[in-house]
Amino acid sequence: MSLLERETPGVVMTPDHIRSRKLPVAADLGIAVVALLLSAAVVYGLGIGNWVLVLVLGAALYLVGLYVGASRVEGRRSARNRMWRTAIYSACVLAILPLASVVWTLVSKGAARLDGDFFGSSMNNIGARDPNGGAYHAIVGTLEQVGLATLMAVPLGVLGAIYLVEYGRGKFALTVRFFVDVMTGIPSIVAGLFVLAFWVLIVSPWFNNGTPRFSGFAASLALTVLMLPTIVRSTEEMLRLVPGPLREGAYALGVPQWKTILKVVLPTALPGIVTGIMLAVARAAGETAPVLLVAGGAAAINMDPFNGNQSSLSLFVYQQAGDASKYAPDRAWTAALTLVALVLLLTIAAKLLARRNRLSAR
Amino acid sequence: MGDYPSRSASTSAGGPAVTARHSRPAGNGVSPIPPDDRPPLGGGGALPTKARFSMETGFRGLSTAAGAMVLVIIVAIAIFLVSKAVPALDANTENFLTYKAWFPNETQPRFGIAALAFGTVLTSVIALIVAVPIALGIALFLSHYAPKRLATPLGFVIDLLAAVPSVVFGLWGRDVFSEPVKSFSVWLNEYFGWLPIFGGDGPFGRSILLGSLVLAIMVLPIVTSLSREVFQQTPGMNEEAALALGATKWEMIRTAVLPYGKPGVLAAVMLGLGRALGETIALALTLGTTFVISFNVIESGGNSIAANIANTFGEANATGRGALIASGLLLFAITLVVNMAARAIIYRRREFRDSAA
Repeated sequence: MSLLERETPGVVMTPDHIRSRKLPVAADLGIAVVALLLSAAVVYGLGIGNWVLVLVLGAALYLVGLYVGASRVEGRRSARNRMWRTAIYSACVLAILPLASVVWTLVSKGAARLDGDFFGSSMNNIGARDPNGGAYHAIVGTLEQVGLATLMAVPLGVLGAIYLVEYGRGKFALTVRFFVDVMTGIPSIVAGLFVLAFWVLIVSPWFNNGTPRFSGFAASLALTVLMLPTIVRSTEEMLRLVPGPLREGAYALGVPQWKTILKVVLPTALPGIVTGIMLAVARAAGETAPVLLVAGGAAAINMDPFNGNQSSLSLFVYQQAGDASKYAPDRAWTAALTLVALVLLLTIAAKLLARRNRLSAR
Repeated sequence: MGDYPSRSASTSAGGPAVTARHSRPAGNGVSPIPPDDRPPLGGGGALPTKARFSMETGFRGLSTAAGAMVLVIIVAIAIFLVSKAVPALDANTENFLTYKAWFPNETQPRFGIAALAFGTVLTSVIALIVAVPIALGIALFLSHYAPKRLATPLGFVIDLLAAVPSVVFGLWGRDVFSEPVKSFSVWLNEYFGWLPIFGGDGPFGRSILLGSLVLAIMVLPIVTSLSREVFQQTPGMNEEAALALGATKWEMIRTAVLPYGKPGVLAAVMLGLGRALGETIALALTLGTTFVISFNVIESGGNSIAANIANTFGEANATGRGALIASGLLLFAITLVVNMAARAIIYRRREFRDSAA
């Protein structure tokens, strides 16, 4: 006769006895309502704040009440568990709020100047009292600068990643890898200052009769510095996911290593590499500080990135934000909306591409 | 959850680890070389001799150069910043490290970094104090609480938050967020004015508090995504062992997840710090641009190294640029140290190394 089947006098095996007692949902809700009412009474009764304080104080009271109530019914450990869960959930809500506010403001304020004139004209000859004016020159600048930066950063970054994965062994490779990671943290303003010191102040006078000159190309150099580590890192991660037997198969057929890398490894990892590049491009398109320092900003359309000042969308936002004209904020918000739309489109496309990637790591 | 960390052991694809298991000769006891030591016909005898320069060495050299480029760039940043900063520092008539004001464009250039460095550190520290608990909460929610159907889109949203350009956050902070922060500051001043940090008599609004809160929103995604990765790598065995011993979910997290992830979280916080220290445009738009050292966080004012560069670059002459480059050099040194420390922590744990974004 087993232990389970033995009749034990006085003990009844019902779910109520084998499960620990739980705080009912109704009690949970009750505590919440009481906490809110109490905090409203305190706040409005003493006149020390508005509805925000009611919510904050209510949430604090709810946490305390929940802890007390749950420890009476469920025990102290379970009550602590409950309290932490509530705190973690509320952290999430707290983080969504600013994002929602940013999105809402972007759409509501950015729609003001969302017209053909904005995308078809520049700020040339636009005075403080002119309501029109647009960001055409800035959009051209962003596209050219980011395009040039991509042209420079992608070959360099992919080759660097190939070195790290396929050739790099020993201390030097470890050092390179470490500093690629460190380089991801270099502030964008420092990259801007570097290009200012190196290209604008030292190299560009050689081409320009001795006077330093701002240019869109200088901005793309700075963006290259910022994009390079991101591209190396993401490409490296993708190359490592390419199965070793694919390489061995190529070697067994007598294919030299460089050809194996170019014809077998890279095509296999291509979707992932493109994803990483798109994320880097999106990040670079939003950078303001380097463009401000080395491209100078301009009001007129300048199609030539190698000669003369250029603007960019993010710099346009910054300059319009600092402009005293009463029409400037509308232009700033519409440009911000355009910029965010561009960046988010790139990011979302990259993420969707990553989802289709057969080599996905996770 | 529930798996062993599988990506840690053999990450070197194509390395010796992959080929090692094929090293046993295929034929059993039969030597591939005939007994009379002559090379077999049609075999290795006809192989081409190794050329001194081939595509192989060329490609290898090219990719090695590309890898070394990273080191070259970091060294070049230091060299060029120093070369432009030294003349301005020589022309400075005050102590660069202890003087508070910034007048580098005058005939007697006077500038110092004390107030700027103080503002930079203060805003970053406040931002981290606000952001880190929330970021850890979200990371735990994404890794251990949320159902998968909710965790994936929410993680996506956090990533999008990271993609929003800083100038947009700056604009939002100045035009939208400053109003609630202003009324909050007035409220703090009314009821907590006896604390020095909430004292003063206005005006409030474009203050350290506003800048720090905007900064907090901006470092939130990076801390979140890194700590989330680390929490997800907790060995499932540890978690299940804790649960099997009767731990509640929170006790499981406290005893299994948090100790395991501690170095990773520390590194994430330091990377967030590096990001906050270097943030330019958001602070240039939200801070009140003063050159004083004050712990008062709600009165309009405050400044940071990076914001000062963006604000005063327009009217800077040659010495002014040199002065800004000198302040940028200091910023570069600080962020380099912070980032290297963070990465060193990450590199000590093998399984964290390959996931740190």
